[in-house]
Amino acid sequence: MTVHSFQEHFDNLIDREITIEPKDWMPDDYRKTLIRQISQHAHSEIIGMLPEGNWITRAPSLRRKSVLLAKVQDEAGHGLYLYSAAETLGVTRDDLYDQLHSGKAKYSSIFNYPTLTWADMGAIGWLVDGAAIMNQVPLCRTSYGPYARAMVRVCKEESFHQRQGFEIMLTLSKGTEVQRKMAQDAFNRWWWPSLMMFGPPDAESPHTEQSVRWRIKRMTNDELRQKFIDVTVEQAKILGLTVPDKNLKWNEERGSYDSGAINWEEFWNVVKGNGPCNKQRLETRKKAWDEGKWVRDAAMANAEKRKQRKEKAAQAA
Amino acid sequence: MKLAYTLRLADDALIIGHRLSEWCGHGPILEQDIALTNTALDHLGRARSLYQYAAQQFNELPEAEKQTAFTSVAIQNLVNAGAAVSEDDMAFLRDGWDFRNTLLVEQPNIDWAYTVARAFYFDTYNYFFCSALKNSADTTLAAIAEKSLKEATYHLRWSSEWVVRLGDGTDESHERMQKAINELWSYTGEMFVASDAEKAMADQGIGVDVSKLKSLWMQRVQETLADATLAMPQAGWMQQGGKDGRHSENLGYILTELQFMQRAYPGMEW
Repeated sequence: MTVHSFQEHFDNLIDREITIEPKDWMPDDYRKTLIRQISQHAHSEIIGMLPEGNWITRAPSLRRKSVLLAKVQDEAGHGLYLYSAAETLGVTRDDLYDQLHSGKAKYSSIFNYPTLTWADMGAIGWLVDGAAIMNQVPLCRTSYGPYARAMVRVCKEESFHQRQGFEIMLTLSKGTEVQRKMAQDAFNRWWWPSLMMFGPPDAESPHTEQSVRWRIKRMTNDELRQKFIDVTVEQAKILGLTVPDKNLKWNEERGSYDSGAINWEEFWNVVKGNGPCNKQRLETRKKAWDEGKWVRDAAMANAEKRKQRKEKAAQAA
Repeated sequence: MKLAYTLRLADDALIIGHRLSEWCGHGPILEQDIALTNTALDHLGRARSLYQYAAQQFNELPEAEKQTAFTSVAIQNLVNAGAAVSEDDMAFLRDGWDFRNTLLVEQPNIDWAYTVARAFYFDTYNYFFCSALKNSADTTLAAIAEKSLKEATYHLRWSSEWVVRLGDGTDESHERMQKAINELWSYTGEMFVASDAEKAMADQGIGVDVSKLKSLWMQRVQETLADATLAMPQAGWMQQGGKDGRHSENLGYILTELQFMQRAYPGMEW
């Protein structure tokens, strides 16, 4: 086959919604875009462990502590299968870590915001995991097989996380005055960053068109954001919380909520590294990695010693 | 005495689980981060079963004994209000000197070698302990031990493998592992010296005679250290006090974090 016919074959699979598998030919741009997207997603899971991990030792009940620990552990698991999916495209996990640690690779900016009270554990589950699900459910049918399969599992667990987050918020909203205040305060801080999770407006989103064609993306940023707003505003009513947007208004004609302008200047600043916790998050991960080097070296050295002993024993026999 | 005994076991489980949970998100290898969190969850699960049982026993005490069982004003307030206490009250409202965990489990993580050494000493003990407690005359404790034994078997395998990996890895890991094994050694003796509650419960066939676990523990530790090309620490002075509520300075800080929410916002549902 010529390159031309490889491309035709690939386009044909895409058009027929047949998944692309690791051994299939794929255009370089497709591979590059997927590596970027999957690794960003994996990094987001790993960095995302930190804001919630921040409350594990302070969780207010033993049950909440167990659930939170299990949740953060799930995120580590998501990171693991996403790194594995990226590895099928010909990169190593260590390369991807290097890109994260050097600041070359990005991760979801939402994790650069601090978790200040217990209510943040509720708000993150409810809003951040809720937004993540909206972004991710379409990816269960994405064109690249290993990514699509990883996402099926991720989405199942995320929807459990979202429910437990909402349940934390519900408990707070039925609680005492200070608990309701905690819930509202967390909502105020996480609402806008959650809307930013869907990425820049469609008009300014450089990757959207090609990604939709490849089913790496299946809905545009603005479509997903609107869907999230419409669902979440109704949930906020159940919680008795006020959406921190004075311009929020039901639009009868569109059958959707109109909402106020997002502060994109803040968004781009957080992306560029100026968020409240960018430095701390990255330094924490780098520290874990650097301080773990001797442990990884030891594990490798021990495995090598065992292998050699086994070979020696086999030769002697 | 059974209440004190149940809490003694629960406190070990909670505090070592707390220490291990501090690693979550900070592990040297992603797979090991997950494994350690799993172990933390096992310990926390065991702590919960034991605290639930302890709370049940506490709620059945005569009123006068409830008043004097713990110094905590928060618990006394609950008792005065006629409220039943829960697993959470046992964990989050007792004062430090009412905690009965060993000094070993409250020692800080420091690095992967110390964490592995602490886990290895405790897991070896816990494996033999659960093997014995599953024959307890108390059916609740026997059931908890039976469930825990499966987990403890896995924990011991995990920590033994890491002792060997680090001991017989690189020069640096060997040195670090030997240091951690040596430094934590003085906290191991306490596990085998029975407190009054442990003696009383062992006499009634409810608890385990911990002094009898020592030789089993010692043999297993010796074998694993030999596999790991590590030297057995020299016998010497052993630290004690945790089982009587005299803790290291570490426990105060653990409880400061652990109990923060319940102490700052008393009597709320979460």
